[in-house]
Amino acid sequence: MMSEAWWKRVAKAVFKIAGISYMMESEVDPERNTVIVDGKEYSANQLQWEAPVSGAIYGVLLNYKGEWEQFREQMTKPPYHHPPNAPILYMKPSNTVNVHGGCIPLPDDVSELQVGAALGVVIGQTATKVAKERAFDYISGYTIVNDVTIPHETIYRPAVKERARDGFTPVGPWVVEKKDVDDPDLLDIRVFVNDRLVQHNNTKHLMRSVASLLADITEFMTLYPGDVLLVGVPERAPLVKAGDYVRIEIEKIGRLENTVVHEKDWIKETGSHETRAHSV
Amino acid sequence: MKRARIAFNGAVYEAVVEESGLLKLSNGRVVKEEEVTWLPPVEPRTIFALGLNYAEHAQELSFSAPKEPLIFFKGRNTLIGHRGETPRPSDAAFMHYECELVVVIGKMARKVKAEEAYEYVQGYTIANDYAIRDYLENYYRPNFRVKNRDGCTPIGPWLVDKEDIDDPMNLTLRTYVNGKLVQEGNTKDMIFNIPALIEYLSSFMTLNAGDMILTGTPKGAVNVNVGDEVVTEIESIGRLMNKIV
Repeated sequence: MMSEAWWKRVAKAVFKIAGISYMMESEVDPERNTVIVDGKEYSANQLQWEAPVSGAIYGVLLNYKGEWEQFREQMTKPPYHHPPNAPILYMKPSNTVNVHGGCIPLPDDVSELQVGAALGVVIGQTATKVAKERAFDYISGYTIVNDVTIPHETIYRPAVKERARDGFTPVGPWVVEKKDVDDPDLLDIRVFVNDRLVQHNNTKHLMRSVASLLADITEFMTLYPGDVLLVGVPERAPLVKAGDYVRIEIEKIGRLENTVVHEKDWIKETGSHETRAHSV
Repeated sequence: MKRARIAFNGAVYEAVVEESGLLKLSNGRVVKEEEVTWLPPVEPRTIFALGLNYAEHAQELSFSAPKEPLIFFKGRNTLIGHRGETPRPSDAAFMHYECELVVVIGKMARKVKAEEAYEYVQGYTIANDYAIRDYLENYYRPNFRVKNRDGCTPIGPWLVDKEDIDDPMNLTLRTYVNGKLVQEGNTKDMIFNIPALIEYLSSFMTLNAGDMILTGTPKGAVNVNVGDEVVTEIESIGRLMNKIV
């Protein structure tokens, strides 16, 4: 287990295990999705997690070039008229936060959900009017977020009903420390539904890089330690339905796994050890 | 009861506002309004705000009244307390105040019916939800650059317990700039009233204690300038003062 290759790919991460009162800090293996505590290696799926962050979660729309291209023609037509100047932001409020291994509720009134495979940039210190060159000073690390959405066509009005449902923001399993991710603008992202690869993209296709986003956003609003900035969701986001098992992999960070369940079963499934163990 | 959060002599206190206008701190000490720094009266969790929730204000902005509440979120970076200062961007041509009744949620609310909605309310306060219209863009509008700027949402001065407000849907709202009345309306003219908003939001997401809903503003939006003193006032709640810098 402790070969040289292994040591090269392990990263330092912070995380929270359910039932332990404090944030832990230890090595993780992003490729095997394991965590090493006191010399023992555990699969992420053996453990019960809590979200590794506690601040506000902000998302950015149209920040992948492919997504921008798809929307470009509409940008000059009503109701949009012009392409956007500032980053298009939205918020995922605290009722939406979910965990690695948690169940995502499919609301009764919809048949499918859209998976939003997002790199989450975790803020390390209070960031106001940050210069692009200094942006990385304000980052503590990176995590994986499934920015779940009810599919919607129009982006004229804030999509609160589509984005702010309970359980719509799985985060985790951990936050890999900044120093162990050389370049957040060059990370492969893969989405698997029921173990089948359905989406593949890379953060090198961002319209605004991580540093540009931080500069442009903190120009008018402060981000606080523990806040998370989702850098965007790649185009052609996969759709899932009840019973589907979703895995988002981000290079150098790890894998975030969740199962979609009917809303009426959400509390039962979420509270059940068997379901959680079985689903991941 | 009127409950405030203030900073005084290096510590943060909960305080009760007495009939005389004096503040009684949680340690029993009584101080004057000018002696303290006023903080937002509630430590925020999720902050909801309403756009176009008064018919005449919607008309004023050339919109027809929405069929569904127009909701957007705000971050805690936007909130500042009574007697605070709000920065006006130097390149802005049109920055206006918005006097709004704020509903603070008192306990978890999920799939609540309008008839029972007030059971989930803790109390009320006042917000001045400034907008910088220069930065409006037609994507997830009103966009964050207009509505989620640091220090652009004065709130307070205090939280009034719901038991002290007979009818929150019949309160006069007024805004004064440098003492001159510039905006006047009544909460009875909301398109979606408080019970409707709580029913709507809790129908698809869970509300929790500390969540707040800024319920929108009536007509009368006028530009403000550096140095202006802006007072937003709601009957039976109080007067929230703010300065543009």
